[in-house]
Amino acid sequence: MASTKVVNIPKGGFSFENCQRNNFMAKQGFPAPKAVKTGTTIAGFIFKDGVILGADTRATEGNIVADKNCFKLHYMAPNIYCAGAGTAADLEMTTLQMSSQLELHRLNTGRQVKVATATRLLKQMLFRYQGHIGAALVLGGIDSSGPHVCCIYPHGSTDSLPFVAMGSGSLAAMAFLESGWKPDMELAEAKVLMRNAICGGIFNDLMSGSHVDLCIITREKAEMIRPFEVANVKGERQGSYRYPLGCTATLSTRVIPIEIESTVVRPVAEESMDTA
Amino acid sequence: MFGQAILNDNLPGAKQHHWSPYTDNGGTIVAVAGDDFAIIASDTRLIQGYSILSREQTKLFKLSEQTVLGVSGCWCDVLTFTRTLEARMKMYLHEHLKPMSTPAVAQLVSTMLYHKRFFPYYVSNIVAGLDQDGKGTLYSYDPVGHCEKNRYRAGGAAGAMLQPLLDNQVGLKNMKGGVLPDITKEKALMVIKDSFISAAERDTSTGDGVIINIITKSGVEVMHFPLRKD
Amino acid sequence: MYANPNSIINPSLWPNGPAPGCFFNFPGANVTSTSSSSGIITRTQSPVTTGTSILGLVFDGGVMLAGDMLGSYGSMAKFRSIERTIKVNNSTVLGATGDIADFQHLKAIIEQKVIDEDCADDGFTLKPKALHTWLTRVLYNRRSKFDPLWNTFLVAGIEDGEPYLGCVDKIGTAFSDSKIATGYGAHIALPLMREGLEKKPQMTQEEARALLINCLRVLFYRDCRALNKHQIATITKEGVTIENNIELDTNWEVANFVIGYE
Repeated sequence: MASTKVVNIPKGGFSFENCQRNNFMAKQGFPAPKAVKTGTTIAGFIFKDGVILGADTRATEGNIVADKNCFKLHYMAPNIYCAGAGTAADLEMTTLQMSSQLELHRLNTGRQVKVATATRLLKQMLFRYQGHIGAALVLGGIDSSGPHVCCIYPHGSTDSLPFVAMGSGSLAAMAFLESGWKPDMELAEAKVLMRNAICGGIFNDLMSGSHVDLCIITREKAEMIRPFEVANVKGERQGSYRYPLGCTATLSTRVIPIEIESTVVRPVAEESMDTA
Repeated sequence: MFGQAILNDNLPGAKQHHWSPYTDNGGTIVAVAGDDFAIIASDTRLIQGYSILSREQTKLFKLSEQTVLGVSGCWCDVLTFTRTLEARMKMYLHEHLKPMSTPAVAQLVSTMLYHKRFFPYYVSNIVAGLDQDGKGTLYSYDPVGHCEKNRYRAGGAAGAMLQPLLDNQVGLKNMKGGVLPDITKEKALMVIKDSFISAAERDTSTGDGVIINIITKSGVEVMHFPLRKD
Repeated sequence: MYANPNSIINPSLWPNGPAPGCFFNFPGANVTSTSSSSGIITRTQSPVTTGTSILGLVFDGGVMLAGDMLGSYGSMAKFRSIERTIKVNNSTVLGATGDIADFQHLKAIIEQKVIDEDCADDGFTLKPKALHTWLTRVLYNRRSKFDPLWNTFLVAGIEDGEPYLGCVDKIGTAFSDSKIATGYGAHIALPLMREGLEKKPQMTQEEARALLINCLRVLFYRDCRALNKHQIATITKEGVTIENNIELDTNWEVANFVIGYE
């Protein structure tokens, strides 16, 4: 009896109720709308004091630039950050969900979260969805076992390597990492190498563009540098595109005067200062 | 039935043909004609897939002292089409001892495109120049030869993005005032440059640089300015 | 009335050649296409033995081509000593990516062209721009018959004292630039070459060579169809030199840095 009155709280997780309908419609020639994808350049590598992550800032819908300054570096834990390539919504939601899971894990165990924990959590979740969650990630962080960089593919496989790149510009970025990376790099050289790798993607891959964002994670702190470098400046327009008054054609004009029914003037007395 | 069978790659024994004679090489053309001049401009980026093939490839072809053709689309068709057209221009020149006029070029382009109606050149053409009276004139085409005379036109990859801007700024469409005077050269140049700057912001296949050809009775003046390279 | 398109064009541009817009067939070539019993025309539309990237770079006073010597049979590294960069004459070099058989077929035709030029003994030779344009027409005409030659070519040479570098792909997309890479090189090596040329637009021969060697090494690391046995061709005013069987020193120390689980 009481159950009819209880508000129906929706269950958590994904809703699959329209899957069959969408499949049917796709067969009839009505494919599902395309999602915004960030054909991206992201990279990460280990240097002397920790880990450095980098990303470009272009988001695309087909050939059109959807966002000229989007943010592709996501927070996972105080000592772990993550760069994302793939479907924008999937990346946002996955990293949001994982960061909350990691925080709960930290509160439960009372210890700093390990990068391996984040990796395992992410790959298990992505594997469960068999690649339907289009998230390709570069996870980087530092924990009790040292610095780690790891790339996670949408189907749930992972690579833990000293330097990695992902996204459509990954080949360009990897070319720079492959010819420039060496063990125990100083922070200054690491920044330059990461800048070169991301710029390789920005200038050579059409789906990557705009600026370079960096995230530097050391034992002491995680520092987000946004933008690290404004790689592309917007061209300066010569004309003014403001319209003179009266440009819009009017088909007809009607003025409705406001009728004043009564006028009340209420004098406001000056309040005395509260000296209590 | 037959058509469906051909399209279905999953049929047993059917071989998947992952080859196409066409490709999209991007490129944007913008042209504006005035009373005694015509301006045509193209970006200089040549793309294939997500890669940039070249950052300095003009898509403008000077056909005579008073006619310039702008072409974008499938680059191999662009090359073939323009070379054939240039050969025909030379044959006309030697046969008639004068260069072909802009309206004549415009008709020839249409005929040549329609000649390949069932295996078309995958290109978007704009012919800009001066007509026999010295007035600026512009013709735009679809890939199979439909020809239209215009006063301003944007074609190619960012054409759909820029045409409304030109309608507004050059055509003064939907603005109070009615018929407008011919556009000045300075205003036309400004709108063309600014439209390319905007296209480079939002279209990934447009960028690197712009080449502008200004056609007046004294000949073709060439200008160049850079765009963003990402 | 208008049976022969050549007859209505007067004067004829090219005796026995095609009218503008028509196609040229090699003398003696089988023009009719192979057809299956169903009547549907079938043609080879995928490569068999293939070569990977070729890199081209213009430097101060010349141009260089570089690439490896592997002929892949699918994913098998089958032929390990294929010359994919060939000398055409004293001013021109040709490099090929894609189907090796198609390349060697064209190579034979080009070599015959060079012999014909020599026999004419008129002081003219096949120049790089001419070869580039000729290849563009050949490849475009084959794609128009839906029977492509599965190659991307780089033509490098010196013409009128200036270095020239051009590229043509299997459908006839042609362009010229100071730095070009084909195949996987377009994604991996070209970004490095562009950055190198941006830092120093006028490279010396040594600098260009160092840059190309770095690119070849990265390609060997990252391209599954690459081999550590390379050819580098250098074209200057002095002529053409092709170095074969170059092996680069590689560093696999990185493997030791892969530690831990996950």
